[in-house]
Amino acid sequence: MHFEYSIEGGNFSRAGYASSEIKKLLKQLNVDMGIIKRTVVACYEAEVNVVAHAYSGTIYVDLNTDLIRIRLQDEGPGIPDIDQAMQEGFSTASSKVREMGFGAGMGLPNIKKNADKMEISSEVGKGTTLEITMFLQ
Amino acid sequence: MMAVKYFHHALKFRKEVCIGCSHCMNVCPTQAIRIHGGKAELTDNRCVDCGKCYRACPVGAIIVEQDDFSRIFEFEHRVALIPNVLMGQFPEQVSINQIRSVLHELGFTHIFEVEHGTRVLEGAMKQYMEQHGRKKPLISTFCPAVVRLIQVRFPGLTDNLILLKPPLDIAATYFRKKLIDEGAKSKEIGMFYITPCAAKIAAVKSPVGDDTSDIDGVINMDFIFNKVYTSMKQGHKGKNFCQVPSLYTLQPEEMLWSLTEGESSRMPGRSLAIDEINNVIEFLEKIENGENADIDFLELRACDQSCAGGILTSGNRFFTVERLRNQAREVEMENLPHYHQEVDESMESYRGFLMENIGVKKVLPRSMEKLDEDMKQALLKMQMVRDIMALLPSVDCGLCGSPTCNALAQDIAQGRAEITHCIFIQKKYEQKDWLNSKDSMEILKEIWGEEKFGSQKN
Repeated sequence: MHFEYSIEGGNFSRAGYASSEIKKLLKQLNVDMGIIKRTVVACYEAEVNVVAHAYSGTIYVDLNTDLIRIRLQDEGPGIPDIDQAMQEGFSTASSKVREMGFGAGMGLPNIKKNADKMEISSEVGKGTTLEITMFLQ
Repeated sequence: MMAVKYFHHALKFRKEVCIGCSHCMNVCPTQAIRIHGGKAELTDNRCVDCGKCYRACPVGAIIVEQDDFSRIFEFEHRVALIPNVLMGQFPEQVSINQIRSVLHELGFTHIFEVEHGTRVLEGAMKQYMEQHGRKKPLISTFCPAVVRLIQVRFPGLTDNLILLKPPLDIAATYFRKKLIDEGAKSKEIGMFYITPCAAKIAAVKSPVGDDTSDIDGVINMDFIFNKVYTSMKQGHKGKNFCQVPSLYTLQPEEMLWSLTEGESSRMPGRSLAIDEINNVIEFLEKIENGENADIDFLELRACDQSCAGGILTSGNRFFTVERLRNQAREVEMENLPHYHQEVDESMESYRGFLMENIGVKKVLPRSMEKLDEDMKQALLKMQMVRDIMALLPSVDCGLCGSPTCNALAQDIAQGRAEITHCIFIQKKYEQKDWLNSKDSMEILKEIWGEEKFGSQKN
């Protein structure tokens, strides 16, 4: 089954809405609690990333009895060096931003840690696509 | 398939009194109520005994079951286990002594404040937090309605519950043991809890994470309040009545334990207190998403102003809170003569015994969100819900007997309702001649009962 949710860049008051909706779906499907937890943590982290860095985005969810596939596609600045971005603690945030407690560089590694499979592609100046896959069986 | 009944419920719906007004259905935070045949019907396993429906019912069709008061006389030793909020129900001029005296006059041989149990519990909670600190946030099990809410709506958070007995059970365990050690026979001891809410009754009758309870019966606080206050109004001041000073038996922090921030203010690290069930639900949604997960401790209470807002309280909850805070301040500032030291010392000597018995078993998830046990079936039903939602008007009028359009769609997918229950669909079908007006009237009667469509009043 297919679901879509749009994300508005910069609107933090709505960040997390899509993740909550996806969580509801998984509960209705009687998916294992542990899988729901990991999915929601990964999805929420990714959703907030889009809100924080992109202009707009869409979450596409496809699910069947074998797997959940969540694709977050955004229009934004993109990531110049994905390998670097995937390193724990790497962040492009300025020291000032870090002092405020943001930009610890844990977002993407945390998504990877929770997802069964994660794929990311990005084009600078265009946007980023992140795909999270969770296996249910 | 027979549904397994997970919970005992203290809230009872009286069909003969119910007028099918649907107020209860609309306020239920777990969507446990439907209207059928003009009467409210409860889905047992969804209900968490929060009591929102009890408050909303305009005709008193929902009652809170209690044990017959005369049952106390079956025992030689009759213990009233009272929560401190009972003391907050009475007006200022009524002293604690007076209340205690009248309780004795009514037939109780002993009175013991359940908050005495917090002394041992506080230490145990801190120890528990040290041992399980990685499972952030740890959630208090003080409020039984919240524990059930987590079981049915946030099953993934059951692991976060602090698996320790609430103060009530600790107090009961202590007092029974103490009486036995003083020579009483266990079967001669009757422990009766004076409850401010329905959830606590349910928790006594089917303890969460425990098999048995040390408590023999539960009596509703409003019942006791009326009995005591009437007796006072009629001039009975109690045999042991003495004017001043008031005999406080609790420490200030114990007095405040059941109020909002009563626990969170005592816990180390970053802790938060949230009261009122809808606030709790909103917050748990966030926690479940992994947001703000660096909170160490959560105190969650189903009622606004915590136990002071319990559905069986008589006093205004804000006055109750004020009164209890004043009492606590009085004890703190003036160091009034009270005999809590004696209780403290006695409880201290039982600390080892109480700590051995303080744990409860794992609290199991009881998710009520799933559309079907089997995921394949659940997916089919989910698709069905989506298709039905495309037809429904999304106005949540409740005229179908379900609280929202989405709830109706789920009821239909699970074979518990029909699409024609929707009044908008009925109108549409009538226009297309798929349904005649007589049939659509029959449907409405089926949901709302014959009486509502009886002869027109002028």
